[in-house]
Amino acid sequence: MLRILQFLYRIRAFLLFVLLEVVAIWMIVSNNSPQGAAFFNSSNAVVGSVLQKQADVVQFFSLAEANEALTEENAAIMGQLLTLQSKPDSLPLAIDSLLSMDYQFKGARVIANSLRFSQNYITLNKGSKHGIKPGMGVFNTEGAVGRVKSVSENYSVAFSLLNTGLLVSSKIKSSDVFGSVQWNGEDKSEAKLLYVPRHVKTQEGDSVITSGFNAVFPEGILIGIISKVEPDKKDPNYLDLTVKLSTDFSKLTYVYLVENTRFNELDSLYRQAEMTNEY
Amino acid sequence: MNIRSLISFTLLLLMLGLVQIFFLKNLALFGQAFGFLYVLGILVLPSSIRTVPLLIIAFFLGLTLDVFYETIGMHAAAATAIAFVRPLWLKATSLTGGYDEAETPSLPEIGIGRFISYAFPLVFLYSLVFFTADQWGTGGLVGILSKSLFSSIFTTLLVILVQLLFFKRRRGI
Repeated sequence: MLRILQFLYRIRAFLLFVLLEVVAIWMIVSNNSPQGAAFFNSSNAVVGSVLQKQADVVQFFSLAEANEALTEENAAIMGQLLTLQSKPDSLPLAIDSLLSMDYQFKGARVIANSLRFSQNYITLNKGSKHGIKPGMGVFNTEGAVGRVKSVSENYSVAFSLLNTGLLVSSKIKSSDVFGSVQWNGEDKSEAKLLYVPRHVKTQEGDSVITSGFNAVFPEGILIGIISKVEPDKKDPNYLDLTVKLSTDFSKLTYVYLVENTRFNELDSLYRQAEMTNEY
Repeated sequence: MNIRSLISFTLLLLMLGLVQIFFLKNLALFGQAFGFLYVLGILVLPSSIRTVPLLIIAFFLGLTLDVFYETIGMHAAAATAIAFVRPLWLKATSLTGGYDEAETPSLPEIGIGRFISYAFPLVFLYSLVFFTADQWGTGGLVGILSKSLFSSIFTTLLVILVQLLFFKRRRGI
């Protein structure tokens, strides 16, 4: 017995090494699984405030660009508003529940953003205090950006679309064929559109938009444009579609968050039907 | 390790950490070469430090960076790996090189040639563990190897540059 203890004491450094590596690997695995509990990440208050200070300084230099984008968007929205405004001679009708709003929108600022790993995340400066919840979709004027992963009081962390773990339900705009967009970890301006069968006629230049099936994004948010059509080498039943992402992830500053107000109802319906929703 | 060197070492770690988080985090030359400057903090710990405290220091240093990098566990795993290999590697290279005299295996103490042969393999191991963890199941071996190679070259250059600029000769920290 004493020998064993002595032996264990002699290799204590190795044992500690193995222990620490196991802890590290366990953290990597649990952090990367979509359902995993996020225990520490940059939505932590201290880390969040440091990142916010950094973003405050850095983003000061891109204020002009951000302003320009906001003005353009304002102009577009004003145009839409004009067409919706009722004429004085029209009769207002009570809106049917069928047409009531399913989605709520919020704005936030990106305070940290990674591009160069295969699991990339975005930190936002709004948290549960501002009504942000895990599962909300993130997009900006250019297109889809990601999905909120975890939330603290003042900050939240979102999967970037440049995260190999995130699938976004989407469809080809011209033909309504749906599939899932997933990043393959290589080029930060390109992703793959998966599960599109071989018989589908599609060509370079077709837009890919969100499908609205997954209760994260409303239908019709642009994801990108198909830049390459090839038969899939691994599975000949599908096409290998490369999508050029419309969002420039290296310049993210202001984003919108969207919440499906019917999410709970949908989710419980799916549960009742014993469907697994992959978001 | 006396109290003075303890304080200066803590300051060094703090500075390296700040530089890493504020500048190097957003930098990757050609999308390939990442700078892991803070590894310097693990490299230049005194030779006499025992493996157990070294492992613990490295693990928590890595974990702190992970929180900012949003890569929980990856830096910690890589830093722990080099902390474990470091004493063995120091011993192995001392047979031929003779580090026994030097208190700290830093550039002013052991000279540039020996420092590169000491630091480069450790930095390469660090990058290898880090990128393997990052690209697990997604990237290919070529991607991991090329990123590791270029990152370790870049990091070694940074580490040497910082020591040339800021470390005083014959005054180990």
